[in-house]
Amino acid sequence: MITFEDVEVTAWTSDPAGGADRVVRLLGPVSLALAERRVAVVGANGSGKSTLARLVNGLVLPSAGRVVVDGLDTADDGAAVRRRVGFVFTDPDAQIVMPTPVEDVALSLRRTVPDASERTARALDVLARFGLADRAHVPVHALSGGQRQLLALAAVLATEPAVLVCDEPTTLLDLRWRTRVDDLLASLDQQVVVVTHDLEAAARADRVLVVDGGAVVADGPPGPALAHYRALMTGASAAPSGERRP
Amino acid sequence: MRAPWAGPLGLHHPGRSVLHRAPVAAKLVALAALSLAVVLVRGLTAAVAGLALVVGATALARVPWHRTTRGLLPVVLTAVALGAYQTWVGDPARGAEAAVDLLTLVLAGSLVTATTRADDLLAAVTRAARPLRHVGLPPETVGLAVSLFLRTVPVLVRTVAETRDAARARGFERDPRALVVPAAVRMVGHARSTGDALAARGLGDD
Ligand SMILES: Nc1ncnc2c1ncn2[C@@H]1O[C@H](COP(=O)(O)OP(=O)(O)O)[C@@H](O)[C@H]1O
Ligand SMILES: [Mg+2]
Repeated sequence: MITFEDVEVTAWTSDPAGGADRVVRLLGPVSLALAERRVAVVGANGSGKSTLARLVNGLVLPSAGRVVVDGLDTADDGAAVRRRVGFVFTDPDAQIVMPTPVEDVALSLRRTVPDASERTARALDVLARFGLADRAHVPVHALSGGQRQLLALAAVLATEPAVLVCDEPTTLLDLRWRTRVDDLLASLDQQVVVVTHDLEAAARADRVLVVDGGAVVADGPPGPALAHYRALMTGASAAPSGERRP
Repeated sequence: MRAPWAGPLGLHHPGRSVLHRAPVAAKLVALAALSLAVVLVRGLTAAVAGLALVVGATALARVPWHRTTRGLLPVVLTAVALGAYQTWVGDPARGAEAAVDLLTLVLAGSLVTATTRADDLLAAVTRAARPLRHVGLPPETVGLAVSLFLRTVPVLVRTVAETRDAARARGFERDPRALVVPAAVRMVGHARSTGDALAARGLGDD
């Protein structure tokens, strides 16, 4: 269970004109209780989706209010929260640390599997489960973009987190890989929160949050929430566009 | 499409040679000793001997030559340029020595990474970095930094190649700013997201 209690995120920005620094609100106030297995977050570029996603694992901490995951406050127990919440980014290159897939998955297992050869064996199992068995020893830079994103997912899921948060995991992928990653996410046992521009994928979620201008402007089943989002993006609604620059 | 060039370092080539089975610490100490010798001992004869030693070791490790040479091409070009410059300023012996020394160092470094699994390298560096704990540097972090460095080389190479293509597509064939500025911006962005991703994976939390 993920709860947001009156969460606000603010940041200092410097005035390019040379004036005084000022505080801008990036998100909030947001109050949410997310218990659904599949939650999708949609919104324009710069609307605050990543900020919302990063709040869940404590990469971003609330300036006011609190975020609690399974009873753990992200501000007090960041490391414990990150062990429960896996996070996948848009660009797998930013996430993969080791030169080969088997070593990168093994790195994730360092904490839980102390023995190196046991760790390698487990890493190979995980890669096989994700259809990457024949890529295990290939240098990461020789993998395709889709294979790299699959590896990033495998490395995060290797530790069996209770929750998986993905920030636009398919934005860089072609249609075939996008479908494959979406299907994989749909098949997981974990609770999955996914930020996406893919409305087909969002339509399969149990609950959709629409973020605009740092606020959650619609929240509910995919049908009405996505209709609201489409209206917002095509200007059919009177609501202002979400694009904000600091 | 250009085949990915991974840089001279960071490519592990699985095998069962003496060098593959040698303890990582021994290889790192040998690399350090060789580097010191190469830098300290003057003279072309010593330089060539050093190179011969490393070439012999590479043959012993059975790392395929085509991989080694492809990774080394830019280094060879740099070495030739360095040698040519020294010759031009009137010291051909010095030039040849500098070129050979550079080749020796890079070949030795790539030999260590080719014969060592990154996981083992990480463990060895972490162990070696233990004394740094006293100055407030967690050994795990030092080991991770080395792995990250190796991973970053191909990313950097690709970024520069893409940025160069983009600059050429816009007609900036010769302007170095059109290459350096966007590549630097992207690498800073890359470094920031890597930091976030490490935190998200819980690496460096302990
Ligand atoms: N640390 C920060 N300081 C100032 N502004 C920021 C910071 N992080 C993000 N922003 C701004 O906050 C807004 C929301 O960002 P983000 O959550 O990344 O949006 P999205 O993921 O929906 O594109 C954007 O306008 C972005 O430029
Ligand atoms: Mg974003």
